[in-house]
Amino acid sequence: MKNIEVNGNSVAYATGTGHPAADAPVILFVHGAGMDHSVWVMPARFFARHGYRVIAPDLPGHGLSAPPAIDSVADYADWIAALLDALAIDRCVLVGHSMGSLIAYATAASHPQRIDKVALLGTSAPMPVSDALLGAAADDHPAAFAMGNTWSHSPTGRLGRGGTPGTWNLMSGLRLLERSAPGVYHADLAACNGFDQAAFPAVESTTPALVIAGAKDQMTPPKAGIKVAAGLPNCTQVTLPDCGHSMLSEAPNAVLDALAAFAGVAT
Amino acid sequence: MTGEHRGPPQTGFDTLALHAGQSPDPTTGARATPIFQSASFVFPDSDHAVGLFNIERAGHVYSRLSNPTNAVLEERMAALDGGVGAIATASGQAAIHLGISTLMGAGDHIVASRSLYGGTHNLLEYTLPRFGIETTFVDPRDMDAFAGAIRDNTKLVFGEVLGNPGLEVLDIPRLAAVAHAAGLPLMVDATFATPYLCRPIEHGADIVVHSATKFLSGHGVVIGGVLIDGGTFDWRSSDRFPTLTEPYTGFHNLVFADEFGPQAFITRARKEGIRDFGACMAPMTAFQVLQGLETLPLRMTRHVDNARAVAEFLAGADGVVAVNYPELDTHPDHALAKTLLPKGAGAIFGFEIAGGRGAGRAFIEALELFSHLANVGDAKSLVIHPASTTHHRMDSDALAAAGIGEGLIRLSIGLEDPRDLIGDLKRGLRRAAKVAAA
Repeated sequence: MKNIEVNGNSVAYATGTGHPAADAPVILFVHGAGMDHSVWVMPARFFARHGYRVIAPDLPGHGLSAPPAIDSVADYADWIAALLDALAIDRCVLVGHSMGSLIAYATAASHPQRIDKVALLGTSAPMPVSDALLGAAADDHPAAFAMGNTWSHSPTGRLGRGGTPGTWNLMSGLRLLERSAPGVYHADLAACNGFDQAAFPAVESTTPALVIAGAKDQMTPPKAGIKVAAGLPNCTQVTLPDCGHSMLSEAPNAVLDALAAFAGVAT
Repeated sequence: MTGEHRGPPQTGFDTLALHAGQSPDPTTGARATPIFQSASFVFPDSDHAVGLFNIERAGHVYSRLSNPTNAVLEERMAALDGGVGAIATASGQAAIHLGISTLMGAGDHIVASRSLYGGTHNLLEYTLPRFGIETTFVDPRDMDAFAGAIRDNTKLVFGEVLGNPGLEVLDIPRLAAVAHAAGLPLMVDATFATPYLCRPIEHGADIVVHSATKFLSGHGVVIGGVLIDGGTFDWRSSDRFPTLTEPYTGFHNLVFADEFGPQAFITRARKEGIRDFGACMAPMTAFQVLQGLETLPLRMTRHVDNARAVAEFLAGADGVVAVNYPELDTHPDHALAKTLLPKGAGAIFGFEIAGGRGAGRAFIEALELFSHLANVGDAKSLVIHPASTTHHRMDSDALAAAGIGEGLIRLSIGLEDPRDLIGDLKRGLRRAAKVAAA
């Protein structure tokens, strides 16, 4: 992990253990609610090996990054721009999952000059969160983690079978949520719940976009992702069969293939 | 306010025992888990191959590292024990060795219960010191002794859910608190309990090991083990665990705790320990353990029911000095067993027969249904008399020091009709009584 200061606070970020050239293209991964950079380990390592400078930050208050967490997508978009400034990065391919997809969308809309391409995984606009989940998260109750984690896995995914040998994805997701600091998961869910697409300018037609939906996604149903894709002027849409919201663990190879094709990396 | 929230229902244990980690084979439609009897797996292209080696993709390379049949078992055991991942190993001993070697090296130290399986005791007491890893053994009921034995170079606290041979019930929540207060993980051997009777991670343990040879497979036909990572321990909380928090030159300077978060330990174990020590499980073995797991809840219920019936008989039988089984209220850990093992304290227990070593030998040799052998956790009932077999070189004083009486008989109660088991034991007791009276 590396660290950098953004807006006066320490931010930790993973690099995929890469050794990029000075002029390497940049790909920036934004994790979802209650998560951290580790959800991106496989694509991070892939793009690092293929010559990208990989930046997979822990969002403020998450993982190893200093608090406080941010509770609005618009502010997160400005934070991404500030992170790029701090890293002296002009433009990047921006990839986000779940809440991270909203942040990526908002960044592409608000700071188009910083974005080469934008990929939205498990997305929906709006992204409403149930009162039950918000209420439990507001109390930092373990039921919030159980709800978010269970609903993030497809019926198949709740019985495992994710393909990563020996890994029980359902518990791995829960452990990540359990590691989040008090209040952080609620701030994230509130940011998702408060997202208003109309508050942002349209994403420019010159910005290539990718939307990946899971056919069995309960958190951001595939029809919602397809609708987001339809509103993007230059968008490729991929639906992963039998896959839930937690697509990075349920279908890691399919996600990687879609991202590689979108970024133009030959595999 | 906090009591009003309720999480969604989770898949039940019995369902996970049948379905976790496996769905019908997409190629053939096979409902049962196929045995992937293949040493290696074809790469579609070179970039895909590199992606597998570099942990960019999910998949299999070589069956020492991972295998599709083993992966089903590993997922299922992680699911049943509440872990983030697991590795199937060649034996229970291999699982313990893999857990230890993933965390430490020469110059490091373990604090362990002194009431352990003999093979584990040999590993910790005699073999690991040759590689620079020392162990301090303490009374499993003495939490202060655990705490007092922790040193600056201690890396692990270790015990068995049900100790051997005393069947001490490990107070996992209290011991986890002791370990965590010192910044250490707790590893627990749950072989005698299986996850059906006790899930140590839910009680605070961080790592679980099993001998799959016993109740998990359940039929005495395979040798195997499982190492399970709870994903609960924060390895970055100190500088004690450089294998997980510092760059590993053996994998291109990968820092496991950085990149894999809650899966750091099990990922290092696979990328180093299974890769380099190589004590992997055969796919055929994994299939047989999976067959056993499908009926684990049913079998463990019957094992415990039978064990209770046999223990209650022995507790009232002439010629029996004492029965040592946590299910009985005469056992010092009976109350703790009711808390940590509410479905039952397993099906392995000991009793002291009147008449000492000679009576014990006579008892064993009179039995016809119980099998006299060195194993536990079979569908068939098993018996051993340590003083005349595994510990025959020890005199009475040495046996006493090890907590083993000359008349100690250990039983592993199987799935037979309990009336037949009791009948067999009556036969043995009659023969032993004649020897004791002579």
